[in-house]
Amino acid sequence: MGADFVTLSLVPLLIAVLAAVACALPGNFLLLRRQAMMGDMMAHSVLPGLIVGFLLTGQVSGWVMFAGAGAAALVSALMVEAITKLARVDPGAAMGMTFTTMFASGVLLLELSGASGVHLDVEHALYGNLESLIWLDGTGWASLTDPVALAGLPPEFGQLALVAMVLAVLLLVFWRWLVMASFDAGHAAVLGLPVGVISLGIVVATAVASVAAFTAVGSILTIAMLICPPAAARLLTNRLGVQVWLSLGFAAISAILGYVAAGYGPIWLGLSGAVSAAGMIAVVSGLLVAGAALFGPHRRAS
Amino acid sequence: MNAAILDALTLRMGYNATLVTLGAGALGLATGAVGSFLFLRRRSLVPDAMAHATLPGVGIAFLIMVALGGDGRFLPGLLLGAGVSSLLGLWVLQGLVRGTRLPEDAAIGIVLSTFYGAGIVLLTFIQGLGAGRQAGLEGFLLGSTAGMLQADVYLIGAGGLLVLAALFVMRRLLVMVAFDPGFALGIGLRPALIDAVLMGLVLAVVLLGIRVVGAILVVALLITPAVAARMWTDRAGLMALIAAAIGGAAGFGGAAISAAVPGVPTGALIVALAFGAFLVSAVIAPRRGLLGRVWAR
Amino acid sequence: MTDTALSFNDIVVRYGATTAVDGATASLPMGAMTAIVGPNGAGKSTLLKASLGIVPMAAGTAQFFGQPLDAARARVAYMPQRASVDWDFPIRVIDVVLMGMQRTLGLLRPIGRANRAFAFECLERVGLTEFATRQIGALSGGQQQRVFLARALAQKAELYLLDEPFAGVDAKTEAAIVTVLRDLRDAGAAVVAVHHDLATVPQWFDRVLLLNRHVIASGPVAQAFTPALLQQTYGGALPPVLAA
Repeated sequence: MGADFVTLSLVPLLIAVLAAVACALPGNFLLLRRQAMMGDMMAHSVLPGLIVGFLLTGQVSGWVMFAGAGAAALVSALMVEAITKLARVDPGAAMGMTFTTMFASGVLLLELSGASGVHLDVEHALYGNLESLIWLDGTGWASLTDPVALAGLPPEFGQLALVAMVLAVLLLVFWRWLVMASFDAGHAAVLGLPVGVISLGIVVATAVASVAAFTAVGSILTIAMLICPPAAARLLTNRLGVQVWLSLGFAAISAILGYVAAGYGPIWLGLSGAVSAAGMIAVVSGLLVAGAALFGPHRRAS
Repeated sequence: MNAAILDALTLRMGYNATLVTLGAGALGLATGAVGSFLFLRRRSLVPDAMAHATLPGVGIAFLIMVALGGDGRFLPGLLLGAGVSSLLGLWVLQGLVRGTRLPEDAAIGIVLSTFYGAGIVLLTFIQGLGAGRQAGLEGFLLGSTAGMLQADVYLIGAGGLLVLAALFVMRRLLVMVAFDPGFALGIGLRPALIDAVLMGLVLAVVLLGIRVVGAILVVALLITPAVAARMWTDRAGLMALIAAAIGGAAGFGGAAISAAVPGVPTGALIVALAFGAFLVSAVIAPRRGLLGRVWAR
Repeated sequence: MTDTALSFNDIVVRYGATTAVDGATASLPMGAMTAIVGPNGAGKSTLLKASLGIVPMAAGTAQFFGQPLDAARARVAYMPQRASVDWDFPIRVIDVVLMGMQRTLGLLRPIGRANRAFAFECLERVGLTEFATRQIGALSGGQQQRVFLARALAQKAELYLLDEPFAGVDAKTEAAIVTVLRDLRDAGAAVVAVHHDLATVPQWFDRVLLLNRHVIASGPVAQAFTPALLQQTYGGALPPVLAA
């Protein structure tokens, strides 16, 4: 664990953990409200926003892409609403139409604008570039206290840290409302809670987490972290508070184990080269769900 | 460029492009029709998980075929691997729904993300093995008709026609089970068996479709034409025909244009065309369309 | 025994730890309308579903015309509860009725003029011919229920099993359904209906089967539909309409 680790692995690892945590927080409520596919939808839909952001400004800066992705998430939410109303179909089908169309338009934009291959490519968007988020200014553990070196951290780090923190604070502040509105919206409305605003808030929180995670770590990891850690936690406990804490733990464990396995696994197997960290993290989170589904004390509805 | 597109649409682009265009059209016909019955059964998102779950199978089949000294890109072999891993995904999905308290949408997301992750791990591993040899495997993510062999197109076309024939035989049973499974049980049909047949047909079109449209987007060809067709009719059989026509036109048009214009990704274009057909339907369809409803007021 | 339409022989049905039907035995004759009556949770629908093989029996058998179900399937029609249907489904009224003819149509045979004419005839008997080409969701609840009765008629059966045919329908539909069912009975068929409204039992039905997980009584209304037996079926909670 020397200077190399700080330069090459520490920041990607922390970004993976932050992305996982930021996604798992709203994911708990998506699971509870049977809106798990919302994550899948958001994670695919932000692609055209990223590309438009890039085409308008010509830079791959974190904040521009963040804004573009946010706009795309908003458009996709409106599209689902419009398709559900217009075609009178269930939200699942409307989401399926929306995210495939958004994603397809992203791919078309990318290829037709000539941006492909230069600064962006679809693979990058799909499985992120976690491994490339290195900290060149971090030359050793001492850099953690060096303001100059810290300023050289990849912007994704700051974004994700901020998003994770804001989401956590909001969750704590609005905890009771969130629980009541998710458990029994009718009752909550009778008590005078702004049920509609709370639902919207959860969608917006999901969008913000997806956008922040997508720009840093790609779509696979975003979908996996929105769904898998809360699902695994749900099978272990019947108490929502415990479920949220467990899901955060699972998210962090997936990120760390997956990152390490992707970086060192092939070497341990005597093979050269590393594999996608984002993919491996998703696999670990899926294995956690499998374990919980086989052995979790609350795996079945009682 | 317009002349080239016109040539492609009228099948005057040379033998190979013509063949690919016809193959994509046949694929669209089959997916549109299968998608209608899936939509009526309200299981439109299940194939999203099945399509993503093909990816690890593609990677493993490639590795096995290379290890045996063969060509890793042999399409029937890759599709066999894809089919096995997609079935495994479906099995896990049903296990999660039946054996745990997780709702179906969460189970779809879990299978989708885990298998997708495993697929990407394998694809990056294959890329790391050596340059060039993986060429074509990315085509399974986003679809590509470039480099497709004649035999591949025949496989897709023939498979699509077989699926259509099976749907024709099963059509009344599929509608009955989707409309009122209780009645179907009461007259001695087995909805579970009929559902299994439907999922088998879905698996078939997903496998035929991933090479052309890609694992991420193939679900669009199952959903969008069906929803567009629903705007036009109140009859299930007619809806399946219209959906097949829309899917076929999108497949044909998308493949033709991408053959004529270099650099246009086939799968994304097909999906965009299908959505265009939905938009048109949603506006101008009589009665259920936007204009029709405004007119009725 | 040829005039027995349906017999339950010691049928037991369990859902997990709860026993829904606990040893039901009865025999229902042809040429009669039988109401299956009992409190909520007495296993009325479950008994019908178990005899049709929709839910598994833990013990016992059901016999149709003295034969097992598989041998008699073509002679049995079934009308499930209306609850779980998606009314926006793209299907027309006439196509719903044609579903009743699935056994004669099989997989490949196209629907011919004669089939269509017969489906129309079934619709006529429930008074809905002018709705034939409407989408099913465009009808009122009572009309939808009559369409489902027409679908059962299209099965051309000798035994009609109906699960709550009168639940939540208007008076006009009630009268129409009763008329159709009486015609079936007068033609010699057997009608068996799960029924909730005790007040209408003596007026509409010939026979009654009182069920509360096991059979309390089964016979002609005059003998089985007595205050004492009803008290026994419903326990203390006898509906006020009969306490009078």
